[in-house]
Amino acid sequence: MSATASMLEARPARAGHRLSRLATRLRETTCSRSRRRALISYGVFAAIWQLGATSARWLGHPVPVLSNLPPPTAVLTTWGHLVLERGYWHSWLTSFVRVGGGFAAAVIAGVPFGLAMAMSRRLRGIVFPVFELLRPIPPLAWVPAAIIFWPTQELSIDFVIFLGAFYPIVLNVLGGADAMDERLIQVARSMGASRWNIFRRLVFRAVLPSTLVGMDVSIGITWEVVVAAEMISGGGSSGSSGGGLGFFIWSSYVGGSYPQIIVGMISIGLAGYLSSAALRRLAARFLPWLEASA
Amino acid sequence: MSVELRSVSKTYGRGTDARVVVADCSFHVERGRFTVMIGPSGVGKSTIIRLIAGFDRPTAGQITIDGRPITRPGPDRQVVFQETALFPWMTTLENVRYGPSARGELTPANKTRADALLDRVGLGAFRERYPRHLSGGMKRRAELARALINDPAIMILDEPFRGLDAMTKRLMLDYYARLSADTGRTNFFVTTDVDEAIFLADRLLVMTQIPTRVRAVIDVDLARPRRFADLAGDDRANALKMTVLSLLHEEVMKSFTSGSRAATDFLDAYRRRLGPALDNRLSK
Repeated sequence: MSATASMLEARPARAGHRLSRLATRLRETTCSRSRRRALISYGVFAAIWQLGATSARWLGHPVPVLSNLPPPTAVLTTWGHLVLERGYWHSWLTSFVRVGGGFAAAVIAGVPFGLAMAMSRRLRGIVFPVFELLRPIPPLAWVPAAIIFWPTQELSIDFVIFLGAFYPIVLNVLGGADAMDERLIQVARSMGASRWNIFRRLVFRAVLPSTLVGMDVSIGITWEVVVAAEMISGGGSSGSSGGGLGFFIWSSYVGGSYPQIIVGMISIGLAGYLSSAALRRLAARFLPWLEASA
Repeated sequence: MSVELRSVSKTYGRGTDARVVVADCSFHVERGRFTVMIGPSGVGKSTIIRLIAGFDRPTAGQITIDGRPITRPGPDRQVVFQETALFPWMTTLENVRYGPSARGELTPANKTRADALLDRVGLGAFRERYPRHLSGGMKRRAELARALINDPAIMILDEPFRGLDAMTKRLMLDYYARLSADTGRTNFFVTTDVDEAIFLADRLLVMTQIPTRVRAVIDVDLARPRRFADLAGDDRANALKMTVLSLLHEEVMKSFTSGSRAATDFLDAYRRRLGPALDNRLSK
């Protein structure tokens, strides 16, 4: 097809086309503007931190609080050295394995548990009161008991992480099932669907969005729990690098390496962000009917 | 298929909380005809639908289909609800195919029927879309297709076009009238809208206030095919409309002096203020 022909065809729609192009350009500029603002915000934050931390040198007088911090430049230098060390990455791995294990166990136990309570009023009546009794106990309050209950320290940590993730997952599964439109089940019944088909194609799907929300909440909690548990449990048999990121921070503190504390903190923030982002990406794949456009 | 209700009652709750919604209600939905049930809103019309569909059991009385008592839902009766009850996680096509697939009957023939039904309700181009991307009228048409693929002996429709804008509603009415004229299927249609009722009905059941019974049965012998736009200029249609409206008006007024809880509270408050004067006026 010739270029003129296509231009002729496009002519009636030109005004609309120009409008939509304007809209995209507008969107692009606001997008880059918000990105620019974010960069400015990071820069100002780093500058204040740097100036405050080094105030004793350039001001001749230490600024309160901020001057106790290692400056970002020192943190970056330390980080630069650490990324070349196996021990640092081993801490990452240890924490990820723990979080992954406890979280997976919570999903594997919590989702069927929540679904079972949603499907059977009787089971719910019997089990839910105990669930509600135990739920307010913070996972970290379980640490000493967990150490006594479980044969290895590793299992105790996994158990505490499991608890942190379990409650929100169960509650969200249950909430999703309660919010389900009863008429959908009636429609399916009047079409002759079996109980199993109704569960698999309707109840399970209806519960999926809130289940994924529960998982997102849970993964954040597991990172809080793992750090605290690792600070309590210590490095274990493999020394300073075997205790995960939580212990990494703790041992940096004990060893007096302040830049390393900050590196540890940022690392955990990153780890939490990454697992949450991965989960959300996964969620979007499982919930195509909630996408903004088809 | 014909449906018969004999002295059906339905009470919800027990003891002091008991609420009689349907009381001693008898009527007949004739095979191959379009029966429309009309009544004030909130009088238990949806309860009657739940009973016929088999989602709920009557407290007393009997409901039979072709002489057999109803015990549970079945593909011979399909319900289309007031607001959309499409499965949000299924595409239009998956929604329409759900019935056959749930029964393990998703044969090539049924797949072809699903496609044909979607084309017939004008949703051929939207088969891969999810319900949230469909307009109100499109959702209703998708629901009709999802019900019709099960080839029900009776279609039960509970104010299916409520909440649509006036234009869409008229189009849907014309459309549904044509659709059911083609098949000669038994229809049981519930509404609060008199124009809609007269336009669709062969037989009209006018219901009483809660607890509900049939107040009057009116045969609507207007010629078919009907057009919604012509109805306003038709003398017989207008006469019918006046009859139905006056019956409904009486029922609504009854609720205002006795039936509803709100009206009772309202009257109690006034009685305390005005004393016996009001009681005298009411008893007259």
